[in-house]
Amino acid sequence: MALKGEPHYVAPGDVITANLGFMRGHGTYESDGKLLASVAGVVERVNRLLCVHPLKSKYNGEIGDVVVGRIIEVQQKRWKVETSSRLDSVLNLSSINLPGGVLRRRSAEDEVMIRDYLKEGDLISAEVQQVNSDGSLSLHTRSLKYGKLTEGTLVTVSPSLVKRCKNHFHNLLCGASLILGNNGYIWISPIILDDHQQEQMRFQLPSTPGSSSVKTVTHVATIEERETIARLRNCILALAQSRILLYDTTVQYAYDASLKYEVKE
Amino acid sequence: MADRILSDFEISYIKQGVLADMRSDGRSCRDYRSFELRSGIVSNTSGSAEIKLERTNILVGVKAEIGQPNPLNPNKGRIEFFVDCSALASPKFEGRRGEDLGRNLAHRLSDLYENSNCIDLESLSIIPGQDCWIIYVDALVLEYSGGVLDCLSIAVKGALANTKIPKLTVIGEGEEQEIEISDNPFDSTSIDTNNVPVFVSLSLIGNQFIVDASHEEEACSLCQLSVGVNHKGSICSILKEGAGSFKHRQYNEAISLASEIGVSVIEKITLTNNTAPEKML
Repeated sequence: MALKGEPHYVAPGDVITANLGFMRGHGTYESDGKLLASVAGVVERVNRLLCVHPLKSKYNGEIGDVVVGRIIEVQQKRWKVETSSRLDSVLNLSSINLPGGVLRRRSAEDEVMIRDYLKEGDLISAEVQQVNSDGSLSLHTRSLKYGKLTEGTLVTVSPSLVKRCKNHFHNLLCGASLILGNNGYIWISPIILDDHQQEQMRFQLPSTPGSSSVKTVTHVATIEERETIARLRNCILALAQSRILLYDTTVQYAYDASLKYEVKE
Repeated sequence: MADRILSDFEISYIKQGVLADMRSDGRSCRDYRSFELRSGIVSNTSGSAEIKLERTNILVGVKAEIGQPNPLNPNKGRIEFFVDCSALASPKFEGRRGEDLGRNLAHRLSDLYENSNCIDLESLSIIPGQDCWIIYVDALVLEYSGGVLDCLSIAVKGALANTKIPKLTVIGEGEEQEIEISDNPFDSTSIDTNNVPVFVSLSLIGNQFIVDASHEEEACSLCQLSVGVNHKGSICSILKEGAGSFKHRQYNEAISLASEIGVSVIEKITLTNNTAPEKML
């Protein structure tokens, strides 16, 4: 067995243990009284249960994860969100901050206006509130940090490349902000302003229902901002291609190293 | 073509990027992405090539076989295209949904090759009216993320340049003619692909044409103009797709831009073909 603290990597077919005292978990199978791995990954042990966590898989959510997702369906009281996990995630109307900032009861009017808040195709950042029994995720955006994403670029990488950190929202020194979603979706945008303005940027709603939403406050990215964002995007893709774990330091280093090249290279 | 959903903000971001001449991956409107073309990679074909452009990945195999010529053109060989969009390439090709696109692409390629007379089909004739070489070009779309037609035409050109046709001798006269294939497998001719054109697709975003649109950009473009260009920069075919409209002046600009880009792309292909270490059978 692996030493404590050091991950035990296995390839499919590798013998994990010949000791029959262990129980067979996900990613393992039994043959000739031995326990073998069926996927490439890291061995995890909980008491007597042995599992192999695959290195390359769909996103498996955990409570508290920051994710970036795309609304794909609007339903009666909730949205379906695509988060590159096995099942679509759910965002309930009751788990978003309604415009105006005050906490109030959700009225029937809100249900009617659901499409004005978020509609198909919109990108949001959210937190995993709950993992349901079938493995689908319930999200919430009840914090000013989360909500609809406006100007920027989405980059998709493998979920295992995003390091779980304390903070997934970064304002990088180079003048762009980064949301590293645990699900492998990374959002790069021009620097997000202070909290108050931030609140305004998200969930800006028309005073009269029906008129077109949010567009009024969008600020148009300048060409410098665009260049930074494009450079960051290419850096992240390059890091992901060489399978380097992504968090704020690696991205910043990659960015600094890339400065001697032109953006499109 | 692309059916990806984007949010309004992403679309406006991309549109503004095009206006500012700084697209989301840092390219200007007239920059082509770098692609990787490898030829001679499948050993049981007469010629093959594989192209990778970002995530789009296409494999082309060419097989030369002896068959009967078209009765309308008895002293010409034939060239036939088949494009397979595998369900692995994109979820939307699941079942038989890839077939339409595949047929469409194959049809456009054969149109392009027919109209431009780029390959000397008469050289593929063996015995007029009786036997000729048929060049089967089979393409497999392994991964689909935009720019398929361009990639396809580049890969086909690469594969044809790599194609080796065994030398033949015709024995006998009149009705009793027979064909003898040379015993030496290296004794072969290749097809002259100098004139073979490639497609350059321009997508209209906002009010401007951009070269080599990424998958996201394709999703928010109104229409696409696919221009077939050969090494001299002359136009061999033009095809418009989608419902967008543009002005006559823009059209002329777009076409001259396409011919410029096409020439540079073809230069690149010839360069890779000449430098790539070719695997011998």
